[in-house]
Amino acid sequence: MVTDGLALSMCGVTKRFPGVLANDRVDFEAAVGEVHALLGENGAGKTTLSHILTGLYRADEGEIRIYGRAVAFTSPRQAIDAGVCMVHQQFRLVQRFTVAENVILGDTRGAGRRLLVNPAVVEDAVRQLGERYGLPVDPRARIWQLSVGEQQRVEILKALYQDAHILILDEPTAVLTPDEAETLFGTLRRMAGEGRTVIFISHKLHEVMAVSDRVTVLRGGRLVGTVRTADASPESLAALMVGREVDAVSRARDERSADAAPALAVEDLWVEGDRGRPAVRGASFSVLPGEIVAVAGVSGNGQRELSEAISGLRPHLRGSVSVAGKALGSGDARAALEAGVRFIPEDRLGTGVAPSLAIAMNLDLRDYRERSSGPFLRLKRMYADAITTISDYQIKTRGPSAPASELSGGNLQKLVLAREFSDRVKVLVAASPTRGLDVAAVRAVHSLLVEAAERGAGVLLVSEDLDEILALNDRILVMYEGELSEVGRDESVAEIGLRLAGRRPGTR
Amino acid sequence: MNNSLLVVVLASGVAYGTPILFAALGELLAERSGVLNLGVEGMMLVGAVMGFWTVQRLHTNTGVTLAAAIAVGALAGMAMASIHAFLVITLRASQIVSGLALTIFAGAVGLSSYLGNDLNLADQPANHTFNPVFPTSMQNWPIVGPIVFGQNVLVYASWLLVIGLIFYLGRTRFGLNVRAVGEAPDAADAMGINVTRYRYAHTLAGGALAGIGGATYTLAITPQWVNGITGGAGWIAIALVIFAFWRPEVCLVGAYFFGALQALAPNLQAREISLGPTVLWTNALPYVATIAVLVIVSTSSGRRRLGAPAALGLAYAREER
Repeated sequence: MVTDGLALSMCGVTKRFPGVLANDRVDFEAAVGEVHALLGENGAGKTTLSHILTGLYRADEGEIRIYGRAVAFTSPRQAIDAGVCMVHQQFRLVQRFTVAENVILGDTRGAGRRLLVNPAVVEDAVRQLGERYGLPVDPRARIWQLSVGEQQRVEILKALYQDAHILILDEPTAVLTPDEAETLFGTLRRMAGEGRTVIFISHKLHEVMAVSDRVTVLRGGRLVGTVRTADASPESLAALMVGREVDAVSRARDERSADAAPALAVEDLWVEGDRGRPAVRGASFSVLPGEIVAVAGVSGNGQRELSEAISGLRPHLRGSVSVAGKALGSGDARAALEAGVRFIPEDRLGTGVAPSLAIAMNLDLRDYRERSSGPFLRLKRMYADAITTISDYQIKTRGPSAPASELSGGNLQKLVLAREFSDRVKVLVAASPTRGLDVAAVRAVHSLLVEAAERGAGVLLVSEDLDEILALNDRILVMYEGELSEVGRDESVAEIGLRLAGRRPGTR
Repeated sequence: MNNSLLVVVLASGVAYGTPILFAALGELLAERSGVLNLGVEGMMLVGAVMGFWTVQRLHTNTGVTLAAAIAVGALAGMAMASIHAFLVITLRASQIVSGLALTIFAGAVGLSSYLGNDLNLADQPANHTFNPVFPTSMQNWPIVGPIVFGQNVLVYASWLLVIGLIFYLGRTRFGLNVRAVGEAPDAADAMGINVTRYRYAHTLAGGALAGIGGATYTLAITPQWVNGITGGAGWIAIALVIFAFWRPEVCLVGAYFFGALQALAPNLQAREISLGPTVLWTNALPYVATIAVLVIVSTSSGRRRLGAPAALGLAYAREER
């Protein structure tokens, strides 16, 4: 191919959405055979850019060249035919299909072009690709039977089967254990070594450092710079990302006497999951006042059910939850609330707020009972208080009457935190409180969590982000298939990683 | 032997079950693409009245007229389905609401009734009807004669359709794509499958089959136009799709079962066998079916448990900011 080494070049690409300039004259290039990281905070325009590349969106302005040829994709099909494939953050797989059927789907060359399709004919090809790239998966398995990591392999296999020359991965490690992420990096390197181009979208600095050859940083829809990874440091990249130096929140830990009365005590707790099987199996632990206990684990191991049971949103089958020595009724959200339990849910837009209600209303969703006069809300005071809260918590919005759905992820989370914080909080349950937030918002959330602990609340931090857990915890519990195990003080990160994958250290 | 209750009931069960089968197969196609269309009853009635209108007004030989009548019935059903398709696919309206509205709009007190009156179709026998294809000697063969060889061409067409659909959905590229569209439209879209086009095509095909099902009543079963002639068969068809787990071959068995139930009451009466108020419970079936359908389609856990297409009832739009 006559390519002067460039697989992809974008010149002056601009994309507007109503009220938002998502990409502003972006000039982006990726060479043949490199892993190129696309780094940026949420809302920086990484995903929009990749959607333009894969034909899901059309650029308003600008030129895109693939291997030197100008293209203007109007559908994902055209992008695939040009060799550009994407692994989305939310997998685009048909759960009820087999791996082979998913691979064949939409394939317009070979097996999929014929009127009659026979998934068996691609099974061998899928198996061979899997062996070659270290992506083992059974082609006859149905997607719903596979783990999240395996599903991701299917997505990559799909792209390889389509003979993708340019593969874009959007936050691929968000769902992986550290071990699985390492394996993925190996696969990506091998693909790059064969002359393919891998574009790796992330906002995690250490991953970008670990896997990429070059890094392009986006901020506010603009390209801030492209640097060779070897010449960069996490600090310099972070500074590029947010436009200023950011230091992570860390906290001084002091030893607490174990005989203080726990803020939260959970005894032999069993909770049923959505599928009718116990999702939490005999959890027992306690959180002291002023302590941050972190629950680590890959999503789907019962963390959601655990935090919902503690907040009274989900009944428990067996066992007890007590706050400051007082047992809470099973599935009694009001009792939990009155006992001082505050919950920051994982799904902040769906569970955390009422999206179409005004910010002021959302801020008062919890305490309106004490603050109303009889059956009437005191709107004037609500709006006045909301204005104070908005400035205290630095929520970026056009005012207290804007609906919560207008807020970006980070500002939405600040709203939830602002509501859940009050003097009476005894137990704060935070479920993945920083998922999808940018560096500055993460920092704000972290310092609020630390502040809650310092004011004497017991904080239960449920997270998949090991960095966050390591930065904030007093103690770490690992949750795997509904069971909790406590991590010893002297365990290394690698050992915690093993626990996340369900193995006890030393039993590998 | 061919006059025994069982054979008679089975033979008329196949005949009565055929319109239900057509409508159910149509609904199955739409639902496999992710579009729930509760307007089946309305589409059937419009197909029934327009098919009947064609045989009354068209003066050609029987074969051509009947073929044209079926085509007109199919087009009428398709036209009704296109309203639903536009509302739920393009405008992303609620599929349940739009479907119910379609049945009310087109149904026994709506468009079909108006057309029947306006075109003066009531109280006259059909000029042409579908009759058994095979010679009388074959129809007199024991047992299989009346059940298998005593039927009209629509019945045999429906058998071919079942086989065709099994093949289409299970073996062809288009079938694989439509299943993907009904299960995970985002996945299909990402692979370059045009979700909107597939949904339109299958919803319209579903409407056409419902129209043919309706015309089966006015051209074959009771060859005349009576207001509300389908008597709730559309609702039975929708229920059938669910209880057949979205599989054509099970739809066939179920349609004949419901057909046989309908045939049972008059045959028992004719033989002066009394099983209590049989007519009551066969007449109540459509209502029971309606309730069952509405309960199941409006509870997501019910749908999941029965194995409905995962995106059934959900509008699709590429994620927007």
